[in-house]
Amino acid sequence: MTRIRPTFRRLVASTAAAGMLVLAACSAPTTPDSPAGGATLVVATSDEPDALNPVLNFGVDGAALIFDGLVARDGDNRLVPGLATALPTVSPDGRTVTAKLRDGVQFHDGTTLSAADVAFTYQAVLDPKVDSTLRSDLDMVESVTAPDAATVVFRLRYPYAPFLQRLTLGIVPSKLLSGQDINTTGFNRKPIGTGPYKVESWTPGDRLVLTANERYFGGRPANNRVVVAFVADDNVRAQRMRAGEFDAAELPPKLASGFDADTTYRVQRVPTADYRGVMLPMGNPVLADPAVRRALNLAVDRAAMVSGILGGAGEPAFGPVPPTSEFADPSTVGTPTADATAAGALLDAAGWRPGSGGVRAKDGRPARFTLMYPATDTLRKDLALAVTADAKKIGIEVTPAGLTWDAIDPRMKSDALLMGYGTPYDPDFVSYKLFSSQFAGQGYFNPGSYRSEVTDRALQQGRDQIDPALRKVAYAQFQKQLAADVPWLFLTYLRHTYVLKSSVQGATPRVEAHEHGVANSIWWNIDTWTRS
Amino acid sequence: MEHRHLDALVTRSGRLAGAGAVVRRRLLVAVPVLAATSVGMFALGAASPVDPAKQYAGAAAFTATEENLAQIRANWGVDDPLPVQYLRWIGNLLQGDLGWSTSRHEPVASVLAARAGWTLLLIGVTLALVLVASLLLGALAAYRRGGFFDRALRTAAYAVESMPVFWLGLAAIAVFALALGWFPAGGLTDVTATSTSWADVAHHLILPVGVLAVSQAPWFVLFVRDAVAESMRDDHVVAARARGLPGRTVLFGHALRTALLPFLTLIGTHLPELVGGAVLVETVFSLPGLGAVTVAAALGSDFPLLAAITLVTTAVVLAANLVTDLAYAAADPRVRLDG
Repeated sequence: MTRIRPTFRRLVASTAAAGMLVLAACSAPTTPDSPAGGATLVVATSDEPDALNPVLNFGVDGAALIFDGLVARDGDNRLVPGLATALPTVSPDGRTVTAKLRDGVQFHDGTTLSAADVAFTYQAVLDPKVDSTLRSDLDMVESVTAPDAATVVFRLRYPYAPFLQRLTLGIVPSKLLSGQDINTTGFNRKPIGTGPYKVESWTPGDRLVLTANERYFGGRPANNRVVVAFVADDNVRAQRMRAGEFDAAELPPKLASGFDADTTYRVQRVPTADYRGVMLPMGNPVLADPAVRRALNLAVDRAAMVSGILGGAGEPAFGPVPPTSEFADPSTVGTPTADATAAGALLDAAGWRPGSGGVRAKDGRPARFTLMYPATDTLRKDLALAVTADAKKIGIEVTPAGLTWDAIDPRMKSDALLMGYGTPYDPDFVSYKLFSSQFAGQGYFNPGSYRSEVTDRALQQGRDQIDPALRKVAYAQFQKQLAADVPWLFLTYLRHTYVLKSSVQGATPRVEAHEHGVANSIWWNIDTWTRS
Repeated sequence: MEHRHLDALVTRSGRLAGAGAVVRRRLLVAVPVLAATSVGMFALGAASPVDPAKQYAGAAAFTATEENLAQIRANWGVDDPLPVQYLRWIGNLLQGDLGWSTSRHEPVASVLAARAGWTLLLIGVTLALVLVASLLLGALAAYRRGGFFDRALRTAAYAVESMPVFWLGLAAIAVFALALGWFPAGGLTDVTATSTSWADVAHHLILPVGVLAVSQAPWFVLFVRDAVAESMRDDHVVAARARGLPGRTVLFGHALRTALLPFLTLIGTHLPELVGGAVLVETVFSLPGLGAVTVAAALGSDFPLLAAITLVTTAVVLAANLVTDLAYAAADPRVRLDG
């Protein structure tokens, strides 16, 4: 038995040594590393990109920090020249768009930007061999050419009014990427752009470190470095914000409001075009009745959803065009509170009589339907439950069902679904596919098979006409028709909430789209931020 | 002294005489086990209704045409028949190519290389800490069975066992990072650090390692305590006590050693639970280990990454079992490997 002792002792000794090593390491002080003047800004976000390449859909709506597009957006989301000297010109037939490039813009590696790089970037998106989900957005592009080093010409298959809005796509250097497999190139992890920041390092799952581009054509950034920390869990992000690790962090409304009382922080509630609504499928026998859809539209208490579920961080929604848009039609805005009496009267008139258990029925068919929502999304779950409760008050029974997208997909033609999307840039971007008859029943585009000739015509005119005034008329008609047909029950626009240290200056929020992460968040202009 | 050492060596090498054969035999078993695991992964993946292209597209799935998504699927070859996908995967694997991770958009080998090390470090340090602590604490509690220390330790162990790791982690952050400010609340290094220094990493690992260790320790502590208490009644321990040997020698030299044998093998079987705890701890402390990436791979039907992670985990568990068996043989004269 005694012979075991050396083995056993060694086991204990080595484990103890390992433990001691850890303890020794613990007591070592961390080296303070913040440069003088607070020249490093740290922001935290939940979503980590899978590639830092605009061709593969990174930061395509501008504000990519590392890249620039031909055009950019200002604080009011108005288009301003980016890499182009002026906003690109559109030919009278609307099918030729010409951009002139700024002189002497350099990529981070010192090479000079030329029109060939721009043409290459767009051609790469259009290349079927490239795994770009952006290709569908550029359906109208027939060709992109570079007749000389400073000129880019887009030929379109058909006139497309909001085309300039698509030119925020970041430009990549063709020299580094031509002949390479864009899906797998190392460039996706260590990209070279023209933007205000260069990529210093990217530790997957941890953080992205950016350093100032001294040669940035828009002027040298006001700070030396930006660190984007990836913290997936909301509670952890809030805790680390409170521990003082971040200058700014994206947080859900309820966690953000915990910082309201603390003067060392500032909570920013940023208006968005990010709506939540219930898609009502025409293929459902109860929901096919316009009276039921209109009654539901009157019965939902949007004001209660905003104050209760969103903690005040939102606005009631009555359509897919956000109130902040120049195309919003004020006449389609309803009352934010519920009107159960009017809803009940509507149902009575349409022949939906109160039946057993408080559920109305018509011709022996009870007024009930299933409302699906993605199970992991607590916000959508809360909204689905609120709709269920509001519908019950007018005698309509809703069965909420939390499912995965794969379970939702095959049922979208017959069951209602709590959806969310939206973009502030142009009403055509999302609405054209969501509400046109030609996309009826096609995947996520128009899953409820809504069909209206008036809507179709208005959407087409909004896309064909270049004149903004005429577009405005078309989209007003579109919104009126939607309000009459109620293919969707629009509930709320969200406000994206951020917590910032009050010492940070220069944050100027702009209306945000559904997607926000490394790019397009409140830190879209972080190159101008300073710290007092 | 030298003679005794030599003597011990000879005896031990005699005891491990069959080790080579055992290792060979285990490797022969390991290959079909790993192959079966990988086939299982692909079969499960095929049964999953998730469209990897839609997962990859994220919110863009709402604006991307079916044609666009179909092209991406074709580029990836994920619509090919399952045997074709599997043979392609195995063929690449034999050439040292682990494949392409669709959820992370980089080679599987790069994903593993960047993250596996941190998970192994977290698990390794925690295991070492748990072993030392549970052997010491368990043995001490058993020595004075029913005493104050024993009762306090058992109460604490049962209490901790009922706390979810996730909760423990958030509580530790609230106390040690926010209230006391002793440790960082998360991350691998200081967010503004320019390099990955070991001191910085160690400072950041104290809380996660501590939380994982505390959450895993009760099982080990209670086991050691019961086993030592049991062996304190063994004849040879009672005899040692009767011979008037000091308490410490009896406890650590005799009783604990007897109790250690079953403990060794049980560490191997407890390993998967430790891995599970590590995944949660990585999430709470935002550590870039395999945890989050495994969940993302599962949700995104990223078979190449999932298969690789499963294979690595299976291999680690098989290796751990082999090592514990060898250690068992080395520690117990009654066990013969070639027997």
